[in-house]
Formats: sequence, C-alpha cells, structure tokens
Amino acid sequence: MSTESTYYVPDQSKLPIIAATGMGVMAYGAASWVLEGGTATIFLLGSLLMAGVLYKWWSIVIDENMRGLASPQLKHSYVLGMLWFIFSEVMFFACFFGALFYVRVLVNSWIGGEAAVGWFDDTPTDAAAANAVHLWPGYETAWPPMITPDQAVNGDAAQFKGPDQNMSFPGWDRILHWLPLWNTLVLITSSFTVHIAHTALKDDNRKKFNIWLGITVALGIFFLFLQVEEYIEAYVHMGLTLESGIYGTTFFMLTGFHGMHVTLGTVMLLIQWIRGLKGHFTHDDQFGFEAASWYWHFVDVVWVGLFLFVYVLA
Amino acid sequence: MAHGPATLADGWLKYISRWVFTTNHKDIGTLYLWFSFAMFIMGGAFAMVIRAELFQPGMQLIKPEFFNQMTTMHGLVMVFGAIMPAFVGLANWMIPMMIGAPDMALPRMNNLSFWILPFAFAILTSTLFMEGGGPNFGWTFYAPLSTTYAPDTVNYFIFGVHIMGASSIMGSINIIATVMNMRAPGMTYMKMPMFVWTWVITAFLLVAVMPVLAGAVTMMLMDINFGTSFFDAAGGGDPVLFQHIFWFFGHPEVYIIILPAFGVVSQIIPTFSRKPLFGYSSMVYATAAIAFLSFVVWAHHMFTVGMPIAGELYFMYATMLIAVPTGVKVFNWITTMYRGSLTFETPMLFSIAFVILFTFGGFTGMMLSIAAADMQYHDTYFVVAHFHYVMVAGAVFSGTAAVYYWLPKWCGKMYDETMGKLQFWIAFIGFNITFMPQHFLGLAGMPRRYADYGLQFADWNMVSSIGAFMYGGAQILFLYNVIRTIGWGKPTNDPQVWEGAEGLEWTLPTPAPYHTFATPPKLK
Repeated sequence: MSTESTYYVPDQSKLPIIAATGMGVMAYGAASWVLEGGTATIFLLGSLLMAGVLYKWWSIVIDENMRGLASPQLKHSYVLGMLWFIFSEVMFFACFFGALFYVRVLVNSWIGGEAAVGWFDDTPTDAAAANAVHLWPGYETAWPPMITPDQAVNGDAAQFKGPDQNMSFPGWDRILHWLPLWNTLVLITSSFTVHIAHTALKDDNRKKFNIWLGITVALGIFFLFLQVEEYIEAYVHMGLTLESGIYGTTFFMLTGFHGMHVTLGTVMLLIQWIRGLKGHFTHDDQFGFEAASWYWHFVDVVWVGLFLFVYVLA
Repeated sequence: MAHGPATLADGWLKYISRWVFTTNHKDIGTLYLWFSFAMFIMGGAFAMVIRAELFQPGMQLIKPEFFNQMTTMHGLVMVFGAIMPAFVGLANWMIPMMIGAPDMALPRMNNLSFWILPFAFAILTSTLFMEGGGPNFGWTFYAPLSTTYAPDTVNYFIFGVHIMGASSIMGSINIIATVMNMRAPGMTYMKMPMFVWTWVITAFLLVAVMPVLAGAVTMMLMDINFGTSFFDAAGGGDPVLFQHIFWFFGHPEVYIIILPAFGVVSQIIPTFSRKPLFGYSSMVYATAAIAFLSFVVWAHHMFTVGMPIAGELYFMYATMLIAVPTGVKVFNWITTMYRGSLTFETPMLFSIAFVILFTFGGFTGMMLSIAAADMQYHDTYFVVAHFHYVMVAGAVFSGTAAVYYWLPKWCGKMYDETMGKLQFWIAFIGFNITFMPQHFLGLAGMPRRYADYGLQFADWNMVSSIGAFMYGGAQILFLYNVIRTIGWGKPTNDPQVWEGAEGLEWTLPTPAPYHTFATPPKLK
C-alpha cells in the first residue's frame, strides 16, 4: 500500500526502445538462422545489443538505488516483479513436465495398444487397439522406450531410432558412477551455500558472504560442467540424442532448458558476487542478491523434479 | 518532471521522442490503443478478403493457399494484435487513475512491453511477402499442419510469438505489481473498481499461460528444425499433445480477452443506470471463479480428437460449470439496470448490446459444451459464429464502449453523440447480419476454414458477407469520430463528464493531467 513518500517515476528513457529493437532483431535473426543456409549473424547482433542494453539498464537501476531514489514501495515493486517472473518460469517448466507426463502415462500406452491407467480406462479403447494393429504393430509400451514406434514398424529404415542406453537409475551397485546423482548433490549443496551467504550478509559479515557466494557460483559452474559431461556421454557413448524419439526429446529438452536456467542463474549470482566485492549491498538492502538467490532456489527445485521424473522413476 | 509532455509545437523530433522514450502510463496507454486500432484495421482487412471470397461459391478473387493465410492471420492479428493490446492500453490509462497511483509500478518495463509489439507484428506480417507465404495453418496452429506441413516462414511466426509473449508477461507483471503495491491508502482490495479487479485476474492468467504458449511454439521449433518428436507418433510423441498444450494456453486466453471486457461493462452500466453496481462482491468472486475454471476445461475444444470417455464427460461437465459464475455476472448487470434511471449514450448502447449478445454467445457455448452434440458442431461455422459473438460483440463492443466512455476524460473533448449512435446501430445490425446466419450455416454442416462451399450454403454466405462489409464500414466511422473528437470535438472540463460516474478517475480534472496522483489521495 502507498505511503506518504513519493514513488520514483523515471523520466523518459532510451532503454526500452533499444531493448525492444534488440529483441526484434534477435527474433528475426533466430528465425532466419534456423532456415536452411541461414547464419547466426543477425541473431548475434541482436544478442549483443540486448546484452549491452541490459547491462546499462541494471547499472542505472543500481545507481538509482544508491542515490536513494528507490523508496521501500518501489523496492516492493521489484520484489513483486521478480516473484511473478519466477512464477512464469514455473509455468514454462510445467508445460514441459506436462508433456512428459502425458506422453509417458497416456500416449505410450495407447500407441502400444494398451489401456492407459486403471482408473482412466481399464480396457484399451478401439482407437488404441487399432493403433497396435494398423499403425504401430510390434510396438510395446515401455518407458523409456528404447525402440520407437517407427523402428518397431520400419526397422533400420526408421527416421526416429531409439537410444542404445538410457539415463535411468543403473542399480545400486553402479550408483556412484551415476552422474545425475552427483549433479543433484552439487545443486542441492549450492542451495544451502547460497543461503549461508544470505545469512552472512544479513549479519553484515561481508567476508563470509563473499566466500559462500563464491562457493555457490563455483558449484553452479561445476554443475554445468557435469551436465556437459553427461551430454557428451549421451551423444558419444549411449546413442542418446535429441532425435532418439520421445525419450531423447523429453530428456534433452527438460534437462537442456534447466541447464540454460542454471547458466542464467549462475551469471546472475556471479554478478551479485562481483557487486558484493565492490561493496554493494547492506544488511537490509540487498535486493539484487536476493532476487538472484530466489532464482537459484527455483532452478534447484526444478532439478529435484527432473531428478525424480526424468532419471529415477524411469 | 515539471515540464509537460512535448507537443507538436516543440518540433517533430521532440514530439516523436516523447512517444518513443516515454515512461508515462497515459502515453503508453495511448500507444497501445492506437497500435491495437491499426491492427484491428489490418485484421479487419483480412476478414474483408475472406468474406469477399466467400460472397459467392467457387473461387473468385484469391487462391485457396492465400485464403488459408488470411484466416490464420486474421485470427492471430485480431487476438494478439487488436483485442489484447486494446485492453492493455485501457489498463495503462485507467488503473493508476482508478487506484490513486502516480503511474504504473515499473514504468520503463511498461514502455518495453509496448515497443516489442510493433517488432513482433512486423515479423509476423512480413511472412506474407516471403517465399512460401505466411502462416496458413489456422490461428490455433495445430501440429502437424504447423510442423511437418508448414511453410518455412513458420520459424518467423514462432519467434514472433515468443517476443509477443514476453511483452504480455512483462505487461501483466507490471499490472499485478501496480495493483498489489500502488493502491492509495484506504483503497482496499474490495473497494477497487471492477475494471481493476478483472484486469488483475486477467494479468494472473496471462503470467500463467503465456509461458505455456512459449513452450508450445518451442516444441514446434524443435520438431521442425532439430529432429525431436513431441508431435510425431512415429517417435513416440503425439500430435494431440499439441492440442492439449495449446488449449491449456488457449482456454484461459479467451478469458484473458473477455474478463477486461466484463470490467469495462461493469464500470459503464452503473454510470448510465445511476446506481451502484449490483452485487459487487459476487462480481469479484464470479470473476475469480471463471478464471479458476478456465484452467480445467481446455479439452472441450478437442471433443472429436479421440479422448477416453471419462475425459469427454469430465470436460463437458466442468465446462458447463462456467455458466454459473457467468450467469451471476449477467444477472448482476441486468439487476444494476433494473429500476435505474437509464440513459442511452453510445457507451451504454454498446454495453447493453454486449450483455445481450455476449449472453447469446454464451448460450451457443453451452450447446458446444455438450460433448455428444459437439460431434456435429465441431469445426463448422457454428463455432465461428459462437466465438465471434463473444469476441466481437463481447470484447470489441466493450472496447468500443470504453473508448467512447473515457475519451472525454482523456482528451477533454466530447465526441459527437449522433455519430456515435449511428456507428452503434450500423455495427449492431451489421454484426448480427454477419454472424447470425453463420449459426445456420454451421448447423447445416458448412465446415470452417475452407475457401469454397457447396451451393446449398450460397444464400446465407452472401447475407453474411454483406453484413461483414457493413460492420467493417462502421469501424471507419469509428476511426473518423475518434479523430474528429480529438481534433475538433466540443471541449469539456467537467471532471465527472458523465452524471452518474463514480470513482477516483472522475475526481481528476478533465482532460486528465499528464501526471496524476503524485501524492496518493486519501480514501475514506
């Protein structure tokens, strides 16, 4: 609710139109890039413009805060903005998780000519039965599907071929060689370290803050390193690619988008770390850091969902 | 910021930079409104091409390929370019004035949300001139039409939708932050005008579903260019998955379009009935209930796709449930008018027409919600008629009403009442001539989205086309009336403008100063 203090409404700003131009150029560039024979030039130009304007934008916001223009009410607007942005990100991931559940629970059964789940339809519908006879004979319902419906019908001529190996839980004897477990440990640890950094900042313990935030950033980078390692293993040794049917599709899209968000979160935390070293933030004014840490907790929670539904329960 | 906004007298450069660099909610609101009107004219032109081709059976003017692009672009431009930005424009103008805030919560982001749109629509419409043509798969862009069988330009469509979605998300976050954080002291949630309530709920819907749309187009992008198989059963995916995701976005989307329209009508009817809105709190709860239900009914768009019977039944009954809160709203509007001292200025005429025609569109919606009956109605002109009754007579009529209602407040000049009423009657009659016969065509079995039709449909199609040209003409009158008002309208400086108008925005001087409520007003 409003208080007596006046709310800072910035005067005219050149930032938004440059940002909009950057986004427009990026969108146009990305679309022409994916076309056959397309190049990334325009897209990269747009990205450069966008990166520049975002840097400038946030510098201005930080500067305004340091000049005391940001009233508690304005800061609360920033808080709301960040929280609702994270909510929109939650919905983005919900879309891909929803696709995974739909495909796993319903489509996979129907293509194989089976009933989906007991309470939903306990005998196969005519359509599902027809699938097994006319469309995809030989396809057997399984998750992860190591043989795609295409392969079941067309054999080696198939366009979509299943992977040689999958990323599922390899059994207790090989658990220590299972990369996703280490990834989980790294990311969950980083959620704790960022929390320790937060508490340290609230206590005005700058040294502790710098150290623990630094450790968090390092853990984020380490996670990404492990993720790249896992992708290399998938592509080179396991025959698991984006094109390995729906399993490869959901696996790479979910973990890939998560990885992109970890990258973004790591960059955000890194910037806050540099700001911390430069002496920004006080024990009661630290929104930039807090926003980045909320984002970090969010990517952590998404990973827990991924670990459960993409890796463990496969 | 002591100086006022730049005018033409300050030179072109200053005047243009005022609009491009602005952080003022009123300027941004104006930009949104003019942009949406431009898109409305463009989308309308596409509609005219469609109706001209359908004037007679057989192919006369355009090729079927181009016809498909026209139906697709008409839908996309009207939904994302005309109706949504129009209501965002109204939100920008009115919400800060209604809740006693100095501006929107995040003014620079506000400007960014707007300026993304011209880029997005430039990208989208430029595809019409590219090799392969524009999107031709219908505004619902079902896979595999939009993936396997799509023209190459689909990638421009995909990224255009991406940045458009970013614009919507930023705009909605701004509205939510404004309403939650910027209300004047004493402006409790349950004292907020209905328009503010409907918009904050709409903004919530947008933040929740625009990312899902982004997910859907991303999946398309991957399927088209990177060999994934989200929508391809050969790889273990399912084209129906696309429909589920799309309609999980798409159903809340139709409420995103209509809820602010409800808000506008809930402001106008009390004014011209000279009575407070009947059942304010039930209006708020009904809006929230509609928003909640909109998330759990999406597959009623897919009754014929081959769902298990349990799914058909669930989505049928859940959909019918929406009639309850919607009925509450219609009841309240009518009861507000009951024994009021009614006058029938242009905004009121459009609002009453809204109540009648929207309700009619709601009833045809109830018919469509019956899964068994929908097997007959699905993808016929009955559906086209149904959603144009709620989109045009619903959203567009209420948007028109809003412009007439608030225009005097915005520019301090009165529009020409006679011309306003003339526009209303042409629009009202033209609209019904266009879309009423489409019910009959649909029930008789004419499928939607085809460039040609059987001879038995010829008469009503001709009637429908005549109505469409009439309705299109009414919009030219609208444009003329608005420009005439801004330029040469009769000046007025009565803060209240309308005798029965109540609320903070009517306590401000007319025309509304560039900066309002720099210090928040105190409410009792």
